[in-house]
Amino acid sequence: MTMQAKTLAVASALACAMTVQLSGAAKADEMEKCYGVALAGQNDCKAGEGTTCAGTSKVDYQGNAWKLVPAGTCTTMELPAGMDGMARMGSMEPLDRDMAM
Amino acid sequence: MMQAGFVAALLDPDLPVPAGLVAPDGAPAGRRFDVYRNTVAGGLTRVLEAGFPALRRLVGADFFAAMAGVFLRAHPPRSRILMLYGADFPGFLQHFPPVAHLPYLPDVARLEQALRDSYHAADHRPADLGAIPPEALLGCRLRLAPSARLLRSAWPVRSIRAAALQGGPSPAWRAEDVLVLRAGFDPEPHLLPPGGGAMLAALIGGATLGAAMDAGGEGCDAAAVLGLLLAQGAVAGVECAE
Amino acid sequence: MFDRVDRDLPARAGVGYKPQHFSALLENPGAVDWLEIHAENYLGDGGRPLAQLRHLAGRFPISVHGVGLSIGGEAPLDADHLARLKALCDWLQPASFSEHLAWSTHEGAFLNDLLPLPYTAATLARVADHIDQVQEALGRRMLLENPSTYLAFAESEMAEVEFLQEIARRTGCFLLLDVNNVQVSAVNQGRSAEAYLDAFPLDLVGEIHLGGHHADRDDQGAVLLIDSHAAPVEDRVWALYRRVIARGGPKPTLIEWDDDLPDWPVLEAEAARAARVLAGAA
Repeated sequence: MTMQAKTLAVASALACAMTVQLSGAAKADEMEKCYGVALAGQNDCKAGEGTTCAGTSKVDYQGNAWKLVPAGTCTTMELPAGMDGMARMGSMEPLDRDMAM
Repeated sequence: MMQAGFVAALLDPDLPVPAGLVAPDGAPAGRRFDVYRNTVAGGLTRVLEAGFPALRRLVGADFFAAMAGVFLRAHPPRSRILMLYGADFPGFLQHFPPVAHLPYLPDVARLEQALRDSYHAADHRPADLGAIPPEALLGCRLRLAPSARLLRSAWPVRSIRAAALQGGPSPAWRAEDVLVLRAGFDPEPHLLPPGGGAMLAALIGGATLGAAMDAGGEGCDAAAVLGLLLAQGAVAGVECAE
Repeated sequence: MFDRVDRDLPARAGVGYKPQHFSALLENPGAVDWLEIHAENYLGDGGRPLAQLRHLAGRFPISVHGVGLSIGGEAPLDADHLARLKALCDWLQPASFSEHLAWSTHEGAFLNDLLPLPYTAATLARVADHIDQVQEALGRRMLLENPSTYLAFAESEMAEVEFLQEIARRTGCFLLLDVNNVQVSAVNQGRSAEAYLDAFPLDLVGEIHLGGHHADRDDQGAVLLIDSHAAPVEDRVWALYRRVIARGGPKPTLIEWDDDLPDWPVLEAEAARAARVLAGAA
């Protein structure tokens, strides 16, 4: 990428962002409403309340003793032939490394 | 000590109830001990169900619960902050033979964990880049928000998650790089344009904006990537050389 | 020492706060005069949970209720977790901090349950030592809650009330009396809930919990009550609660409902019922 092309790209992104910020000015008023919506699964600690469901029916995983197969929507999401041979695992980029400020 | 034997039996229902645990009449505790077994395994399973809803839809509720039972015994929480329990789940899935034919599952789990991490990450104030001329900005390093997470996947991980949660057709099989950003309180997974993953990885790694754009390679829509960061208020700081 | 804490939790009704109720609670708090949170859900770094909590703390006295400190654990207290609790208490300045007479960790693993303890001299020394450390670290007096139990230890040497009383004497901590736990444990241990409550040192009680349970059976077919926090408070528990308030006077009283959450009006109505008992005794 040439210096000029890069400068142009940055300039256009900045110009775009200005427009977005102007249209988003009313956001602060909506903050309180926004507090009220909870992400499913956020609230996970409870006061150790007892339950009698499930837990003891441990299904042992000892290789061939495991009889269950995945039976959700993955069954309709067939991988194209050959794709499961190229499994490259994803990577999370750590964002917390030190960066000089 | 006493608690070691208690925990061993808690996590392995095949072990006998430890001696000395009794019902009021002095009889062995029996099912009474199972209440604790159930609470531990059931409670942690529900934490995983709540944290990995797309994964659960993909493999089905019964399979997920059974798999969670294996996982939680192999990787019990190391922290008391359970809302983030499951960081080891992707690695576990990678080596769990019953899902070996679904090689995209670990990345779906990584994406769901990234969304949870982002939800609880520190708040930030978006940096104001408007005062810096574009040429000068190219020589600056941008610090992303603490709630930003980059996931580079060989699979259409964002599309798979969306299809699992909302239904819809099987995704096109392509690699997807995803940037999770939290503009307010709710993280969103954004699909990056080609080259965007490489550009952001460089930026996160400490490269200047100009160098990161080069790292994105030919055909990288750098304006779109930077536009996304700015529109979502995802730049938390700027450091310019002079 | 530790007198900072004794101030602000009013002797009225509160509820365990759930994010699902945020808007309805602010619109119509009704009989609810204070809120309790589970500390561990607010130990993240930011985002909506902390924004909500900051907002609520401006409107209500807050009680911080820990569920993961493992005060009864054989291992030393987790210094990192204690530091996080301290940071939370430092910025939030809650009206109260409480934890459980239980343990939940072993060799670094957190088991997410309140596991039972034998009531022996060794346990007593360990728990008292841990409470000293907590109070020292937080710079405040804490409340210790009586547990729900499903079994007993053959080695136990003391009654639970005697054990709690001695802990309070040694450490200066106050007690959180969970009346539902008293009923659950009394049935499960084949003892009298009334006798337990009549022996309980009510002058040391800084807070009361009321919650729902459900019934199961043990191997012999005996009733086994499960502390589920997923139902309304049972009439039997209301009767025990009235007995406590009649003897000890009004105390801050919490409705604990953690699972199968009802809509806000149902929860508020439970709080209103507690508020009526408190008003009747005032």
